Amino acid sequence: MSSNHNSAHGSLRSYSVGLILSIILTVIPFFMVMNHSLSSSGALVAVIFILAVVQIIVQAVYFLHLSKDAEGGWNMLTMWFTLMTVGIIVIGSIWIMFHLHMNTMS
Amino acid sequence: MTTQTIQHNDAHASGHEHHDTISLRVFGFWIYIMSDCILFSALFATYAVIGHNFAGGPSGHDIFELPFVLVETFVLLASSFMIGLAMLAVHRGDKNKTLIWLFLTLILGAVFVGLEVYEFHHLIAEGFGPQRSGFLSSYFGLVGTHGLHVTSGVIWGLILLFQIGSKGLTENNISRISCLSLFWHFLHIVWICVFTIVYLAGVL
Repeated sequence: MSSNHNSAHGSLRSYSVGLILSIILTVIPFFMVMNHSLSSSGALVAVIFILAVVQIIVQAVYFLHLSKDAEGGWNMLTMWFTLMTVGIIVIGSIWIMFHLHMNTMS
Repeated sequence: MTTQTIQHNDAHASGHEHHDTISLRVFGFWIYIMSDCILFSALFATYAVIGHNFAGGPSGHDIFELPFVLVETFVLLASSFMIGLAMLAVHRGDKNKTLIWLFLTLILGAVFVGLEVYEFHHLIAEGFGPQRSGFLSSYFGLVGTHGLHVTSGVIWGLILLFQIGSKGLTENNISRISCLSLFWHFLHIVWICVFTIVYLAGVL
């Protein structure tokens, strides 16, 4: 971090780029849902989920200044471990609960 | 232990070691944020599992007002940008600008909490409180936990405002505001998941 002073702290430019991209990535999904831009709601859900993931990556890069060099890689390593845990909790819960639902309700 | 570290650094009079102490503390706080991610993931999983159990009550389509949520989102995004500006002022060593941007961040944070309280009050007054259905329980649990985080961030920031105002940008205050800025950006990232999964997908 100390060797790479500027990128670790960000600049007015990086925060502004992050802000503008975030505004665009917020307005598009709200506009699409309010106007029902796509006839299939499954496709619409897929699009807004992808836009949310893109906005999270934008904020991680431009606001949190995450990079593989920050803190000698420990920030990224703990983040990947957390993402894996989050994935197991969320996907695992949905998988198990809907499977039980099918077996008990039908 | 903290004072020992500071004395040690003063003895060396080295800016490099000051920087290392701050970045070590901020990394510790990063680990806390990662554990908070897991807390929120459990609440999101709960919402995903029981969020469709309306028990004859309202669905998201009936109660969510997207223009209102869009305003909430922009208020939080603007405050996330402003704490970034506060951090830039910290790194320039500009105490006054730091205080101004931090103050504006907290005003917007308080406005966000106010909007959320208004929304909750409105729902409860109509009889759509958390006890109404599984959907509403998980909705209030998830969005309320996020709102509590923002509220505690505002309180933390107010205290920090006085600390920076009276003691200036000391090493302790720089690590505190660095942690607060991480926390604030993290809360906006959680909000992106909330408005996408709860509000946008909820009205479809």
